[in-house]
Amino acid sequence: MSINGKAYIVGAYEHPTRKADNASVAQLHAEVAYGALQDAGLSHDDIDGYFCTGAAPGLGPLNMADYLGFTKLKHLDSSDVGGSSYVMHVGHAAEAIALGKCSIALITLAGRPRAEAMATGTSPRTWGANVPDDPFEMAYGRTVANAYALCAMRHMHEFGTTSEQLAWIKVAASHHAQWNEHAMLRKVVTVEDVINSPMVSDPLHRLDCCVISDGGGALIVTTPEIAKSLKRPLVKVKGAGEATKNQNAGYTDLTFSGARYSGPRAFEEAGVKPSDIQYASIYDSFTITVLMQLEDLGFCEKGQGGKFVSDGNLISGVGKLPFNTDGGGLCNNHPANRGGMTKVIEAVRQLRGEAHPKVQVPGCTLALAHGTGGLLGTRHGSATVVLERV
Amino acid sequence: MATMASNRALPAIQVDPTNKPYFDAAREGKLLIGLCKDTNKHFWYPRGCSPFTLSNNVEMVPAKGTGTIYTYTVMRTKEPYCVAYVELDEGVRIFTNIVDCDMDALKIGQKVKVVFKPTTGDSPPATMFTPA
Repeated sequence: MSINGKAYIVGAYEHPTRKADNASVAQLHAEVAYGALQDAGLSHDDIDGYFCTGAAPGLGPLNMADYLGFTKLKHLDSSDVGGSSYVMHVGHAAEAIALGKCSIALITLAGRPRAEAMATGTSPRTWGANVPDDPFEMAYGRTVANAYALCAMRHMHEFGTTSEQLAWIKVAASHHAQWNEHAMLRKVVTVEDVINSPMVSDPLHRLDCCVISDGGGALIVTTPEIAKSLKRPLVKVKGAGEATKNQNAGYTDLTFSGARYSGPRAFEEAGVKPSDIQYASIYDSFTITVLMQLEDLGFCEKGQGGKFVSDGNLISGVGKLPFNTDGGGLCNNHPANRGGMTKVIEAVRQLRGEAHPKVQVPGCTLALAHGTGGLLGTRHGSATVVLERV
Repeated sequence: MATMASNRALPAIQVDPTNKPYFDAAREGKLLIGLCKDTNKHFWYPRGCSPFTLSNNVEMVPAKGTGTIYTYTVMRTKEPYCVAYVELDEGVRIFTNIVDCDMDALKIGQKVKVVFKPTTGDSPPATMFTPA
């Protein structure tokens, strides 16, 4: 059994705020949910499936379902794999819809780390009590930034990848962000700007890192029949894959990400190849995240990512693989420190032909969205979806 | 340029019954690693089950305490420090810090040896490495 063609994304909404001083996290969830309903042409009472993560306030989905006034939910999911969760939720929603467990599923994300002055990447972070790896990692100052930098350093050692090549990823994102009125960083930057920005964790500079922002987003996934009854362009869920990648009992290999597993699963279900993809949303917590995922998804050979991203190859209208045309996490936003939601939203915009005209991929009918959640250098979730305009 | 590693303050380590033998040995300056006796394979990090079979037929066994730097990064905070994975001679790669050295002179593949650094209060020491 496959989910290919069994579900469609009919609502997508990205919150315009980047700093939500005067909103609660719950209120932001409500605002993105309302935005997605408006986008789809659906109403509150239509929702019978609800998805969120541990970033939502309360016990799993319970407190948010209460706050949002949902009393008729037939399917609930708060699976949490960090920033990749929302990509994974699209696949899970499609599964639930294909099995008839629900017919209109809402996925929400919101957060306000910027208003809360969180040092997301540079202060040690963990997730809850009794985490068995914490006694072997937290005393060593593990942060988000250094857990990704460890991969970048090894990639450079094994494959000769350079800081200039990584910088091209940020340059491409900035070319796209200049057209996004909501983006936090709209200034077009050069390779020199990136490599001359302060070092955060060798070899990652400040401009190799994503922004810290407030906001959020929501998606609505439904049946083919309901999708066809609505007025929005049809965006089909064609394939989905998920995976974890971790330390492998101490035999850890930092040269690849979980995309090596989730990508082929999504492509197989969709019945397409990487070379068929016209637009790709690629998780960009750091430049190295993008480079490794592109290799692991099969857009280029392992080790050739540096060459692949250079010279504007990711810039819409310039290169072969337009990516993150909203400016991505590197320039636009990274709401709640979780970028998977906005990855799916921009892919939907591209397929609908609703991206900014300066970055819209002409005739875009096949897109990919991919997320990496958690820490690239220790353990992370990986989720890939292939979406098609029909 | 040289960036010398400092003896920065380290947070307390939470010990639980399954990793206590590891930390008891660390207090005596000894490095242990996990051994799955079902498969005769070493594993990291120490835990009460085998990550290969899930049985509790595991033991913590002495490691030589030497290895090479698999990868590293210098966290350029106000008090810089070096985070690394060290590949032990026994084969497992462990998350750690490289200390008592010029961090700008480190190289992947460099030989290192274990050193234990005090943490907060009566918490056990942290397992770190320094150039051999």
